[in-house]
Amino acid sequence: MKYLDEYRDPEASQKYIDLIHKTISREWTIMEICGGQTHAIVKYGIDHLLPDKLTFVHGPGCPVCVTSQEIIDKAIAIAQEPDVIFTSFGDMMRVPGTQKDLLMVKSEGADVRMVYSPLDAVNLAIKHPNKEVVFFAVGFETTAPANAMAVNKAHISGVRNFSILSSHVLVPPAMEMILSSAENQVQGFLAAGHVCSVMGYNEYIPMAQRYKVPIVVTGFEPLDILQGTYMTIKQLEEGRYEVENQYARAVKREGNIPSQNLIRTIFQVTDRNWRGMGVIPASGLEIRPGYELYDAEKKFNVRDVEPVTNSECIAGVILRGRKKPTECPAFGKKCTPEHPLGAPMVSSEGACAAYYHYGNYRIKKDKRITEDLANE
Amino acid sequence: MSKITYQNGIKSFSCPIPITDYKNILLAHGSGGKLTNDLIRKVFLPQFRNNYLEALHDGAILPSLDGRQLTVSTDSFVVDPIFFPGGDIGSLAVHGTLNDIAMCGAQPLYLTVGFIIEEGLPMEDLWQIILSMEEAASAAGVQIVTGDTKVVDRGKCDRIFINTTGIGAVLPNIIIGAGQIQPDDQIIVSGDIARHGIAIMSVREGLEFESIIKSDSAALNGLVDTMIQSGEIHALRDPTRGGVSSALNELAEASGLGFVLQEESIPVHEQVRAACEILGLDPIYVANEGKLLAFVKSKDSERILKAMHQHPQGREAKIIGEVTRDHPGMVILNSRIGGTRVVDMLTGEQLPRIC
Repeated sequence: MKYLDEYRDPEASQKYIDLIHKTISREWTIMEICGGQTHAIVKYGIDHLLPDKLTFVHGPGCPVCVTSQEIIDKAIAIAQEPDVIFTSFGDMMRVPGTQKDLLMVKSEGADVRMVYSPLDAVNLAIKHPNKEVVFFAVGFETTAPANAMAVNKAHISGVRNFSILSSHVLVPPAMEMILSSAENQVQGFLAAGHVCSVMGYNEYIPMAQRYKVPIVVTGFEPLDILQGTYMTIKQLEEGRYEVENQYARAVKREGNIPSQNLIRTIFQVTDRNWRGMGVIPASGLEIRPGYELYDAEKKFNVRDVEPVTNSECIAGVILRGRKKPTECPAFGKKCTPEHPLGAPMVSSEGACAAYYHYGNYRIKKDKRITEDLANE
Repeated sequence: MSKITYQNGIKSFSCPIPITDYKNILLAHGSGGKLTNDLIRKVFLPQFRNNYLEALHDGAILPSLDGRQLTVSTDSFVVDPIFFPGGDIGSLAVHGTLNDIAMCGAQPLYLTVGFIIEEGLPMEDLWQIILSMEEAASAAGVQIVTGDTKVVDRGKCDRIFINTTGIGAVLPNIIIGAGQIQPDDQIIVSGDIARHGIAIMSVREGLEFESIIKSDSAALNGLVDTMIQSGEIHALRDPTRGGVSSALNELAEASGLGFVLQEESIPVHEQVRAACEILGLDPIYVANEGKLLAFVKSKDSERILKAMHQHPQGREAKIIGEVTRDHPGMVILNSRIGGTRVVDMLTGEQLPRIC
């Protein structure tokens, strides 16, 4: 497949694997921000091909995982209102709220539908003028333009029965929070390529300088990740801390200006509560005054429910890169994709789901099964 | 005969004569009275015609099989949409069940069919479904020997659901099953994977590609015959819902052995691969309806593969992996770039109502 197979090429991959082995002289810990990158790492077994001295910790870049339980509870409450069609991407459906998840509410009779684009939800609203159609707008800067466009389309075409429940989050404030924490171990970042394709990477430059960390904007195919990792290791070994762009085929320094303008037209920056990380100042997007009609939180007077989080789930520690999924006592035992205790086990971008699904924890680097599994 | 035309890759028949006086199915068509009788005599019988069915008995009385063992398998079909590129719910209901029989190392002989029809289904649609069932059954050499029709109120089912039960005779001196799998057995897939699931998904999501992706729905009993004649087969499985990965995981668990796959050797057609990329699906989890996985004796594998290549259903057959004593119960895949990962069972639904 053109533009894809090139980035999964075994020979080119081997070249970067060799380069990383040659370059690395001491232990380094780097964080890949995006859940898509985490999945590529485990899916292609990249972690098994790289030196032991290199540790990948998995970042908070899984929008489903960081969506707070309060918002999921709100989504569930709205979905249960009469005459509501609640729409969402498939991933959000099984994320547990305090009592239920969206699929459970659907089985009880609520009209919950999976859509592939927020514009599909606007079209549903046009088709069902007697219903209120709500779209669950989760995501980072990557999905914000499409969600802004949906609101804009509804606004322009006079569709009044459409609204979004926004739980948009922004990447740089979360990175800043990880870096400023006293317990931080992250020495370099693979920044999320798709987020940067919208926002560019200017905002990372002061961060790299202040915290003295290399930040490499990286794509999602195996070769992207290997090259991004090599660039990060090289900077670390040479004592540099710059922002570099591995994903130049998709990312420009200034990003996508029309998309940024659209985001700014519809949304404004707000504080946001991240699941497992707490409230991070100026780290979310909410609907701007003037567009309140499309803000489901304002349209539906759903009161805040005090969420009861599962104390066994260590999602927060995992999302901050402090622990690996396999270090969680519930991993693969009490917590599985069929019975998730927390969002990282549900989402297709969640680190726990990636570890569980691709089962790399079950294979040692020499491709044999770990002893504890053999003893089971 | 009726005229066959194709529209967007979906087969379409036009009815040569007004088949009944009703344009749509009524509740009364399932009442057991006059209209039911009309439906059977005017729609079902002329197409499925054979001695057993023609008796119009409560059940079919079938000839003795001379001491050969019987295989029975049943499956219900609720696919949405009911017409899709490469087939429809009718052909799928025939292929699905007779493939299950073939996977037991048996020759499929007879099918029974039960229809649950939603009031209001266009007679024309039913007619098309019946025609394609007949076409699929006679191509595979099986007879539809008894059946049942129920009609339910509008909204109580989605247009039409079909159950088929197949009866087959186990081929002489053949033992096929997970228990027969041996270390060093080669794992063969009979062709490109993931086509059925993607064909259904493309119709449902209105995805358009350069050419239409057609379901691979097909009968596999002929291919199985060919294979059995050319070497020692230990196990067969058709990787339908849950795809290749779920079928292999079930067999790994049942056999207590481990399987190793080479990602690069698993055949996936270019457009299917592209669709999987767009939809974020992994082809090894996507359904097939005309493919089989075979576990064959290592030294017979090349001969079996060669024979498969001569058969229309096995032209793209490939060895995709082998059986090992290491990591019992686990399926491991060597990725394109040389890394290794475990291939797990599918959790939850990747696609709803694909068969």
